[in-house]
Amino acid sequence: MTNPNGRFGIHGGQYIPETLMNAVIELEEAYNHYKKDPAFNAELTELLNEYAGRPSRLYYAEKMTKDLGGARIYLKREDLNHTGSHKINNVLGQALLAKKMGKTRLIAETGAGQHGVATATAAALMDMECVVFMGEEDTVRQALNVYRMRLLGAEVVPVKTGTGTLKDAVSEAMREWTSRISDTHYCLGSVMGPHPFPVIVRDFQAVISREIKDQLQHKEGRLPDAVIACVGGGSNAIGSFYHFIEEKGVRLIGCEAAGRGVDTFETAATIATGRLGIFHGMKSYFCQDKYGQIAPVYSISAGLDYPGIGPEHAHLHDIGRAEYVPITDEEAVSAFEYLARTEGIIAAIESSHAIAHARKLAPTMDKDKIIVITISGRGDKDCAAIARYRGEDLYE
Amino acid sequence: MSNIRKAFENGKAFIAFITCGDPDLETTGAAVRAAVENGADLIELGIPFSDPTAEGPVIQGANLRALQGGVTTDQIFAFVKELRRDVKVPMVFMTYGNVVFSYGAEKFIFACREIGIDGLILPDLPYEEKEEFQPLCTQYGVDLISLIAPTSADRIAMIAKEAEGFLYIVSSLGVTGTRSEIKTDLTSIIDVARQHTDIPCAVGFGISTPGQARKMAYLSDGVIVGSAIIKLLAQYGKDAPSHIGAYVKSMKNAIRSIE
Repeated sequence: MTNPNGRFGIHGGQYIPETLMNAVIELEEAYNHYKKDPAFNAELTELLNEYAGRPSRLYYAEKMTKDLGGARIYLKREDLNHTGSHKINNVLGQALLAKKMGKTRLIAETGAGQHGVATATAAALMDMECVVFMGEEDTVRQALNVYRMRLLGAEVVPVKTGTGTLKDAVSEAMREWTSRISDTHYCLGSVMGPHPFPVIVRDFQAVISREIKDQLQHKEGRLPDAVIACVGGGSNAIGSFYHFIEEKGVRLIGCEAAGRGVDTFETAATIATGRLGIFHGMKSYFCQDKYGQIAPVYSISAGLDYPGIGPEHAHLHDIGRAEYVPITDEEAVSAFEYLARTEGIIAAIESSHAIAHARKLAPTMDKDKIIVITISGRGDKDCAAIARYRGEDLYE
Repeated sequence: MSNIRKAFENGKAFIAFITCGDPDLETTGAAVRAAVENGADLIELGIPFSDPTAEGPVIQGANLRALQGGVTTDQIFAFVKELRRDVKVPMVFMTYGNVVFSYGAEKFIFACREIGIDGLILPDLPYEEKEEFQPLCTQYGVDLISLIAPTSADRIAMIAKEAEGFLYIVSSLGVTGTRSEIKTDLTSIIDVARQHTDIPCAVGFGISTPGQARKMAYLSDGVIVGSAIIKLLAQYGKDAPSHIGAYVKSMKNAIRSIE
């Protein structure tokens, strides 16, 4: 889907300071070499299977299916991975690549903390130094994950600039990378940023759709009718979509965080409210004002609280191959509670955006249709914040 | 010939960076005039951006103050048009790709020509992406300034060959901000660049003292100072222009006579 300059249609590219250009060129060369290296791939597969616990289960949600009374619902359980989310898939790949490139230090941004925890985990495993940048507001919302990262030996830097959320953490990680390149790899957590990151992260996350395809073939003997995933930058979604992009009969649906609603300023729904722009190394859609100032977006979900979307998603939207729908805080929280009570699964508030849409969609589909929802992470980290959202006085 | 070359005809050039609207445009105007009266040869006007990823804390602060003050691209265009009535030195805009793109690249670059802006510096637009704006810059006679970094290595020749206006040599790794010491081997970077271009080379990032300016001016055709000036604006606000004037004078005096 990408041309040699890292474009997805008109999106993507490398809008970064000259200081970083040789670093991304070196990264691209190393990636192109190692992705074809059988020894590298064997080592990564071993890590994914033996350390991270892959393949993740594709679970038939029978109670949810019966309750909604429509399409058969399967849950792709990325929440059962080591560290509790899909983020580990990408991080193990990038950390191994960085190690092969002779890097000794990983830096990363994190929103909800899942990518930071995964990066800190890989750094501990591979004996690398690790610094994680996290918006100050998110260090409060996700205090437990801050502790987990420190426990794993990482340094967590609270970012006070801007809105103190994910976008500011990305900006600060980029600044740090420009000041220290030779020994440091920027382990970007989503399918965003300058080329080759959107390609590398997608390829490492594509294991999700590869497994869904195999597992569903085994269980049902066919392809799904729809695949639903939440989208911030969009890594679990592109991972869930990738091997179905050429299967035109499979609907691909990304669920954006609408926050308090797409008609308010307190939203992070980029496709619904953003327009074309250039930011964080890429051309894509961004929430911004008429002068191109990036909007201070909002979502209850720290992991989706980002004013942009990965360039490949922007392209899939342009060509009509994938649909993007906004889901409000209230719908996501309600879905969080619903899945806990219906299936005994506490999903991340991010993933709950996908569940919320499935609750709307499944009843409109025939009983012989199949929906796969990617549960991108587990929700333990969100319990206190959601209790507070519901008016309980609960602090970690 | 580019108007920017005039900035390098009065000995080594002193290039002052000022963020428009920090804390308001009236102060920016006074600061620019104070800098020019005291020897600044080229003014780099920052159009604030919400998320300036190439800036250190000092210039990030200026961007924030300016945006909180409510300044917009349209107001800045009107301000520069007014400024141009008496400020004759070359002036360039420094901003981020999205500010230009979002305004409409053609509308933005056409406006630059109309109000007397001679060049455009976009730190998030490397060589690989310059086609985004280069054709329009060429069409309207606005120089798209290229940057060379300490990590550019084998890229220097490629960048220098197509560079216009002046070459912005980034002195150090990292973001903008004052530094106690500059360790990069700038001599060899500038040597390579000069084999491929005859436009002036100016060094920026981390320069704040007359001593540093003198050192950098020996190696190059001029020095660019941002954070040290912005610090005066942060400290003195509306009263900053006289302090900026005195500072620019000391810096220009330090480099004026260097051959």
